Amino acid sequence: MSRQMTGAEMVIAALQDQGVEVLFGYPGGSVLPIYDEIFKQEKIRHVLVRHEQGAVHAAEGYARSTGKVGAVLVTSGPGATNAVTGLTDALLDSIPLVCITGQVPTHLIGNDAFQECDTVGITRPCTKHNWLVKRIEDLPRILHEAFHVAKSGRPGPVVIDIPKDVQFATGTYHGPKNIQHKTYRPKVKGDMDAIRHAVQMIGKAHRPIFYTGGGVINSGPAASQLLRELVRTTGFPITSTLMGLGAYPGNDEQFLGMLGMHGTLEANMAMHESDLIICIGARFDDRITGRLDAFAPHAKKIHIDIDPSSINKIIKVDVPIVGDVAHVLEDMVRVWKQTQPQIDKAALQKWWDKIAVWRGRKCLAYRASDEIIKPQYAIQRLQEAVKGKDVYFTTEVGQHQMWAAQFLKFDEPNRWMTSGGLGTMGYGIPAAVGVQMAHPSSLVIDIAGEASVMMTMQEISTAVQYRLPIKIFILNNHYMGMVRQWQELLHGGRYSESYSHALPDFVKLAEAMGGVGIRCEKPSDLDAKIAEMIAVKKPVIFDCVVDPAENCFPMIPSGKAHNEMLFGEAVEDIGNVIDEKGKMLV
Amino acid sequence: MNTTHYPSAYVFQTPETHTLSVVVDNEPGVLARVVGLFSGRGYNIESLTVSETEHEKHLSRITIVTTGTPMVIEQIKNQLDRLVPVHRVVDLTVAGKVLARELALIKVKGKGEARVEALRLGDAFRARVVDATTESFVFEITGKSDKIDEFVGLMGPLGLVEYSRTGVAAISRGPEAS
Ligand SMILES: Cc1cc2nc3c(=O)[nH]c(=O)nc-3n(C[C@H](O)[C@H](O)[C@H](O)COP(=O)(O)OP(=O)(O)OC[C@H]3O[C@@H](n4cnc5c(N)ncnc54)[C@H](O)[C@@H]3O)c2cc1C
Ligand SMILES: Cc1ncc(C[n+]2csc(CCOP(=O)(O)OP(=O)(O)O)c2C)c(N)n1
Ligand SMILES: [Mg+2]
Repeated sequence: MSRQMTGAEMVIAALQDQGVEVLFGYPGGSVLPIYDEIFKQEKIRHVLVRHEQGAVHAAEGYARSTGKVGAVLVTSGPGATNAVTGLTDALLDSIPLVCITGQVPTHLIGNDAFQECDTVGITRPCTKHNWLVKRIEDLPRILHEAFHVAKSGRPGPVVIDIPKDVQFATGTYHGPKNIQHKTYRPKVKGDMDAIRHAVQMIGKAHRPIFYTGGGVINSGPAASQLLRELVRTTGFPITSTLMGLGAYPGNDEQFLGMLGMHGTLEANMAMHESDLIICIGARFDDRITGRLDAFAPHAKKIHIDIDPSSINKIIKVDVPIVGDVAHVLEDMVRVWKQTQPQIDKAALQKWWDKIAVWRGRKCLAYRASDEIIKPQYAIQRLQEAVKGKDVYFTTEVGQHQMWAAQFLKFDEPNRWMTSGGLGTMGYGIPAAVGVQMAHPSSLVIDIAGEASVMMTMQEISTAVQYRLPIKIFILNNHYMGMVRQWQELLHGGRYSESYSHALPDFVKLAEAMGGVGIRCEKPSDLDAKIAEMIAVKKPVIFDCVVDPAENCFPMIPSGKAHNEMLFGEAVEDIGNVIDEKGKMLV
Repeated sequence: MNTTHYPSAYVFQTPETHTLSVVVDNEPGVLARVVGLFSGRGYNIESLTVSETEHEKHLSRITIVTTGTPMVIEQIKNQLDRLVPVHRVVDLTVAGKVLARELALIKVKGKGEARVEALRLGDAFRARVVDATTESFVFEITGKSDKIDEFVGLMGPLGLVEYSRTGVAAISRGPEAS
């Protein structure tokens, strides 16, 4: 259906036609025509954030927890530059977003006009694609194309930069048609020969492991179901990256926990000693591989990924399969059923016996205390308190994030929102706002650090305005704990600028902002106060005062191999384990 | 040099030079995307040429000569292919049938013996004189890059003033489109 309308009207029409229900944004001169259209309609709910970075993270939380595209609207110049951190975050974590930026009128572009910046130039390297719309005739096509690009293939953020005169101009609007993009056509079906070959290899493996990641979540709930089916029929162990948590149930016997720098001993050792790694929607990140020449030296590798550039980027694999996880797994499961490979049960049992020994070391163990709250203990109590509840977690970045990944158990995908690739402190509060917008009656908890929270805490005000009862659970160790830990391990315990001085009184802060503040300092108070937090139907800051000296283990120091892990018990003699070369790494 | 900090098991692969032909939609910013990709990810560009080749279809062809280990070359091709306005990336070097040419304009100043020698060498290299004064020439020369390197080298002692090169244009041999 085509209608005459202004550019600003087209923006709203296209958002509606694309099924957008919530738009996160912040107004300014160059987007006023669009804000005027927002005023005149009721289908799309606009959430006014307090900083544009927050708008983008909120849209990320919304997108990750629903599987939909997140939508953002910001003004030109500072509005656009403030959005850059969020866009980069979404690019690294493959989150589908459409971000609309206002721009100065076309005839002023290039003149250093008021609030002009080269938005497409600045965002080119931090988006999947971007457009500057110079003619009203192009606007409807670009708007729909943008959604297509953002959500198909490997998802990612896109930016549409719309000069103000184009917003005022009148033209013909077209709804979304079957978009057949001229150049952009991601491949979703895997090559059948490669899939058959992979199934054969899986059938013959003696020490196999599934290594799964964010791509399974990106692919949708069907992918998680198929993954569960495949893992259970094979009886193989499975580990996941930080980004893939929840695709496979965290409490299942076959799940070895997260792998990588702060992953479990059993997951990392199983990777190291395996003879077959089946990588599904994960990208061999440096947090996973550690020292490359020592990575999984005996393993053949199968790699399923929708983005050909993820394959053979870091680790050379034996069987690459380009395609969407759900599509490929569907074919794999079918081929498996048709060919009925005979797994060597005895070998697999031996493999599980070996894993049981690693597991037996209980690598996540920590020294409990009844005087001071151990951060791990706080998360365990929190996990206990939310059992059986409809709950979503977001995090900030640091030790608390890693403890959350280690100790929380997810049974479903899309329940865990964290900044993995960029590691953006300040992600958690706005992301929680976005999640709570999408799931108004669910429990949404941001596991936070006191330093991270200071980066985007203004979004508490957003939560109050929209009555979003998000819970900000701060593991307050009075340090940038992750930085302090590295300084302890690498820089002789010189804690340069990593102490959290002059912290606000978080309880008063919560009250001042219109929420509720709760402080907890004793392990024995935890359960009751957590229950109180959950019961409150308002935004809560929970100031959980924890052991300032606790380190996050296990840890594979940078530049070390999977079998060179540090453990909690070894705290005393970790002074010199990282060599000079390791210090170079981040 | 291994620039990634993380010692790779594969850095010992020998670098190879490849000529890539990238067919793109001729839209604003497309060249910036390609160039930004190379600089942002630390890939080499030894030569880059671009021009519109099919006006009605809005297509341009970007020819890039780059060097890297086989794994890096594969990564470069995949990264290029991932850009939304890219139609296709053809590795002319892998196809094994690359036909590559470059054009250069070379200004030489001199008198007497040197001038005669420059002209004689120009003849031998099939360079054309496209501008002349009593004390200078501008040569136009087309050929493979190393032939031009060689000619420029020879002009050095004979009064080379400056030169300008177009970069490599390349296409595959034989009847098929690449
Ligand atoms: C302080 C800190 C510590 C960290 N420590 C760890 C750690 O110990 N362990 C850990 O695992 N991570 C850790 N991370 C996170 C790490 O940096 C990476 O973000 C993470 O490992 C990447 O996860 P992934 O491989 O699943 O890839 P993602 O970034 O989720 O990428 C997904 C992959 O799947 C592909 N894909 C997307 N959609 C599809 C689809 N539909 N079908 C098929 N393929 C698809 C993509 O092309 C991509 O290759 C840490 C982060 C921080 C901030
Ligand atoms: C925006 C940003 N700046 C800096 C960093 C580097 N960094 C990583 S973790 C960390 C400390 C986080 O401290 P806190 O939020 O208190 O968490 P903790 O580690 O103490 O749990 C810092 C500074 C980052 N990840 N993001
Ligand atoms: Mg802290």
